[in-house]
Amino acid sequence: MTSRLDRTFALLRERGEKALITYVMAGDPSLQTTEELVVELERAGADIIELGVPFSDPIADGPVIQQAAERALRSGTTLRSILSMVTSLRVKTQIPLVLMAYYNNIHAFGPERFCHEAAKAGIDGLILPDMPPDEAGPLRGPAAAAGLPLIFLLAPTSTPERRTFVARQSQGFVYYVSLTGITGAKLVNLDDVAKNVEKIKKITKVPVAVGFGVATPEDAAKVTAIADGVIVGSAIVKQIAAYQQKPDMVRQVAEFVHSLKTAMNAASLKNR
Amino acid sequence: MSVVPNKQGRFGAYGGRYVPETLMPALLELEQEYALVKKDKSFQSELAYYLKQYAGRPTSLYFAQRLTKRLGGAKVYLKREDLCHTGAHKINNAIGQGLLARRMKKPRIIAETGAGQHGVATATVAALFGLQCEIYMGTDDMQRQALNVFRMRLLGSTVTGVDAGSRTLKDAISEAMRDWTTNIRTTHYILGSVLGAHPYPMMIRDFQSIIGREARRQILAAEGRLPDCLIACVGGGSNAIGLFHAFIKDKKVKMIGVEAGGLGVASGKHAARFEGGKPGVLQGTMTYLLQGEDGQVNLTHSVSAGLDYAAIGPEHSYLRDQGRASYTSVTDDEAMAAFDVLAREEGIMPALESAHAIAHAMKVAPKMKKNQLLVVNLSGRGDKDVQQIAKMRGISL
Repeated sequence: MTSRLDRTFALLRERGEKALITYVMAGDPSLQTTEELVVELERAGADIIELGVPFSDPIADGPVIQQAAERALRSGTTLRSILSMVTSLRVKTQIPLVLMAYYNNIHAFGPERFCHEAAKAGIDGLILPDMPPDEAGPLRGPAAAAGLPLIFLLAPTSTPERRTFVARQSQGFVYYVSLTGITGAKLVNLDDVAKNVEKIKKITKVPVAVGFGVATPEDAAKVTAIADGVIVGSAIVKQIAAYQQKPDMVRQVAEFVHSLKTAMNAASLKNR
Repeated sequence: MSVVPNKQGRFGAYGGRYVPETLMPALLELEQEYALVKKDKSFQSELAYYLKQYAGRPTSLYFAQRLTKRLGGAKVYLKREDLCHTGAHKINNAIGQGLLARRMKKPRIIAETGAGQHGVATATVAALFGLQCEIYMGTDDMQRQALNVFRMRLLGSTVTGVDAGSRTLKDAISEAMRDWTTNIRTTHYILGSVLGAHPYPMMIRDFQSIIGREARRQILAAEGRLPDCLIACVGGGSNAIGLFHAFIKDKKVKMIGVEAGGLGVASGKHAARFEGGKPGVLQGTMTYLLQGEDGQVNLTHSVSAGLDYAAIGPEHSYLRDQGRASYTSVTDDEAMAAFDVLAREEGIMPALESAHAIAHAMKVAPKMKKNQLLVVNLSGRGDKDVQQIAKMRGISL
């Protein structure tokens, strides 16, 4: 059985489209809202959803996602409650759901039990920004046993040796960090991104998605031309924060996601 | 016990490199560069030159006669790191890493600081070597240590307040790591304690191990034998590991680390990682960590900003597992009382961090025999804490 993640990338390839991967912080401002957002974002054009797990000390994140984590923690969100939300989401949608978590939350849960329960709930992959493959040893066995891909990150600072080392171990897709920095910074050097994605694609057959700094439909369209997937995080989280008190928050965010996907599809058509 | 850390930066089960990929190449480069300078005679002699001529080493090992008499037990010696330039042991590491930054041709250095001692040491080294410098500090700590904030600014550094999370050392480290991730090509991060990802815990231990090398030589000269017990306070644990390291093979020398007991471990308001925590990953390293069931890092409390941190250096976790060192805690009140005792018996005002070590020595020394030797690391001087103490006693200066 192929995974939801592989199926999604294959289907998009057939259609000549690229994957829009949208990030939301689970539990920001509540898990009920997150559940609703996942369904609506899929409808609006998201192909894969990254669910952030709130951590008290998110070293790879800029202020937008830090604050989202604080809101999610205030609403009482835990890894366990996120997994039960995913279980209930799986009745409604088959969109690939990838968890983005800091390792300590998984360590505290117990890596083995976590992998088993995450896969059972319907999680399709793990992104751990503070766990390079060098440290992934204890997670590898349990993740493989549960059929949970470990998605690793590459950065502009990665040396050729590390590019090969990391790309070969990344499953599901490779997460290429477009800039030297933290989430929510500004995208600057697209030529470099293109060159690096090219190099990664020579090493591995798994798709390459680009994230960090993709904020607008224009950015998304540009990245569409270079990579298999476009990851948008802080820009979405910012909207969730801005419209939090409004009754039509979910609709507003869905509209933004729709504009991203529309721009990406237009770019795909043009590039064909 | 084997030589630690291993090639992966592991001290037994602890340590490692839990960082974003963006930082991995820089950590690998730092590890390589550090391996080179460790063997490089010109680097080592330059380091020795600055430690002697600039920082004022060796610091004395002072026999605290009146304190010894008062306690009525073991002979108490104080390793006087408070006499270092800038007032604490932090300068040992800052000079070492400053020289390293210069060698790696990084024009900019950054640091985090809790009590402000490491920030002042780094700002000092930045001025000394002509480097651009930015210091991150929690806004709560900035309030507690306003004097040190001003000192850093006088030295030409930028001090940036961190208003996230607990607004203390932990959040300052996260922000410094984010800065480093963003500016890695031009910037070296001078981490201040034996924390963070490999090679930091090893490298900082090495730079601080001069404390123990001197103390070992000095006690042998003074007493003709090794001490029976070493005591040091432990925030991240750099002054403690600095004292302990040269004695690790001397199995008969007992080593005790003293954590911040805050308002008492039972109150939940403390930074006693071994009593109240369990292993986990924070800011690049696996170690004992104060955390909740779900792995969220707990807020900590200590009267001393330098000990107010949720994790302990990974090598301390290892030494404890091995049974080579033991760890305990003393409360805010006990540390404050020890501050007064040392000020009045010896005319030395210890930093509130170091007062924790004194407080435990006051418990231990009376139970030891009169011919036994106790060495306490007086890691810093208390000048920086005078304002805070006045405020706590309701005195306006």
